[in-house]
Amino acid sequence: MGIRTLVGMLVAALAVIGLLATQTSYSLFLPGLLQGALLTIEIAVLGSVLAVVMGVLAALARLYGAAPLRWLATVYVEIFRGTSALVQLFWLFFVLPQFGLLMDAFTVAVLALGLNVGAYGSEVVRGAILAVAPGQWEASIALNMSRAQMLRRIILPQAFVAMIPPWGNLFIELLKSTALVSLITLTDLAFKAQQMNQSTLKTVPIFTLVLLIYLVMSLAITIGMRFLEQRASAGLSRGRAA
Amino acid sequence: MTDQPMVRFDNVSKRYGALTVLDGLSLDIARGEKVSIIGPSGSGKTTVLRMLMTLETINDGVIWVEGEPLTHMDKGGKLVPANLGHIRRVRAKIGMVFQSFNLFPHMSAMANCIEAPMTVLGMKRADAEARAAELLDMVGLSQKKAHYPSQLSGGQQQRVAIARALAMRPKIMLFDEVTSALDPELVGEVLQVIRQIGREHDLTMLMVTHQMGFAKEFSDRVCFFYQGKICEQGPPSELFGAPKNERTRQFLRAVLEAG
Ligand SMILES: Nc1ncnc2c1ncn2[C@@H]1O[C@H](COP(=O)(O)OP(=O)(O)OP(=O)(O)O)[C@@H](O)[C@H]1O
Ligand SMILES: [Mg+2]
Repeated sequence: MGIRTLVGMLVAALAVIGLLATQTSYSLFLPGLLQGALLTIEIAVLGSVLAVVMGVLAALARLYGAAPLRWLATVYVEIFRGTSALVQLFWLFFVLPQFGLLMDAFTVAVLALGLNVGAYGSEVVRGAILAVAPGQWEASIALNMSRAQMLRRIILPQAFVAMIPPWGNLFIELLKSTALVSLITLTDLAFKAQQMNQSTLKTVPIFTLVLLIYLVMSLAITIGMRFLEQRASAGLSRGRAA
Repeated sequence: MTDQPMVRFDNVSKRYGALTVLDGLSLDIARGEKVSIIGPSGSGKTTVLRMLMTLETINDGVIWVEGEPLTHMDKGGKLVPANLGHIRRVRAKIGMVFQSFNLFPHMSAMANCIEAPMTVLGMKRADAEARAAELLDMVGLSQKKAHYPSQLSGGQQQRVAIARALAMRPKIMLFDEVTSALDPELVGEVLQVIRQIGREHDLTMLMVTHQMGFAKEFSDRVCFFYQGKICEQGPPSELFGAPKNERTRQFLRAVLEAG
């Protein structure tokens, strides 16, 4: 889908929300839902940042780290990919305090979702690095660069372009799994909607708004990543399209 | 020190599993000497250059550069395998140009040429750019500094790659079939540049080539490789004019018929 179509959808979704908000049966719920959405966004953004950091670190450790580091990274990736985000949330929030490690719910939410998605992300980063042509490494060695210089200046900038679309998918996955955080006492968008629904039974307006708000958020991610991809690949393929 | 060979392969072997690619290679190359390597496909020509560039490890022997071991280092009078720091220090003297150019696609011609001088040698941008501009001018690309590799022809890309390698001020330049990926009409411009740097720079040059005419005219010495060994070597006039070995004669006959 072209970036224009996506922007069109985003504008349409926002317009529908605006239109519905003119009716009191809808506008009644909007402030509460937006409050929940704010928490959802905070968790999603911080979790995504953590996921990228962990994804890059784990990928580099697995590819180029010394044996213990490589081993540690593999254990991390396998544990967080092999168990569900829900189990990880519960572990960090209910089990770790039994061993004396107590964290507030918000920190746990960001940690669990960020670490979970970072484990998938490390495979994305690893694959993109390995996909860079071997000739690029060889040219860098012939220019006597250090390993760190090669990675930073030559390999990662080229791998970056290939990483953007799969990271976009992961960010959307992360956004959707924020709905799990209600299970550790946080009042995110999904939980706020359930609360309001239980007390008012106005199912249609509440869940119509919830659907639209999630859609706006995921469209924003998709558009942002598309934009990034276009910018990044322009540098790589200048003139190639002509 | 001056009669020290610039490069010395001392009984070097390279194996891939059970396959012996180079078998006890010994070869001295003098300072400033231009040596061409010819031979059939699979005879180990590329491997020789790649070992010298440290793109491949070696299984036996020692490679020396200006009297200093490249693949090894001295530890209490004994040679032990070199660590990365030692390798980087010695390999700073060597540059290489590849068959497939291997330019950095996300950088302009100019950026390709100043990247390593800045990050590796720590040159200031202005100095690196001045030097790169000189080199790009020399290879006839002063108009193309801002172009990206994808905007350049094969011949132009290869000339940028030559300028990029020279920007690191190597003493030894390796060329591995640098015209083989080019359309025939672009070969000449790249060979012209190699001729020119051979004249203008005090470089030791080692090139693998299928261009017999160029090897004849350009090199001081030609080495004919066959099955991982130097089968025959000598000045081009002798090797091309009066080859002694039957395999050399066969190879040259086959190449002449094909060309
Ligand atoms: N990474 C590798 N793994 C296994 N075998 C290899 C590898 N690289 C090269 N070889 C083998 O080593 C031998 C020599 O290869 P090399 O590339 O040096 O030949 P060459 O003389 O340059 O040939 P060409 O003229 O085709 O370029 C060949 O038999 C090749 O198949
Ligand atoms: Mg070869």
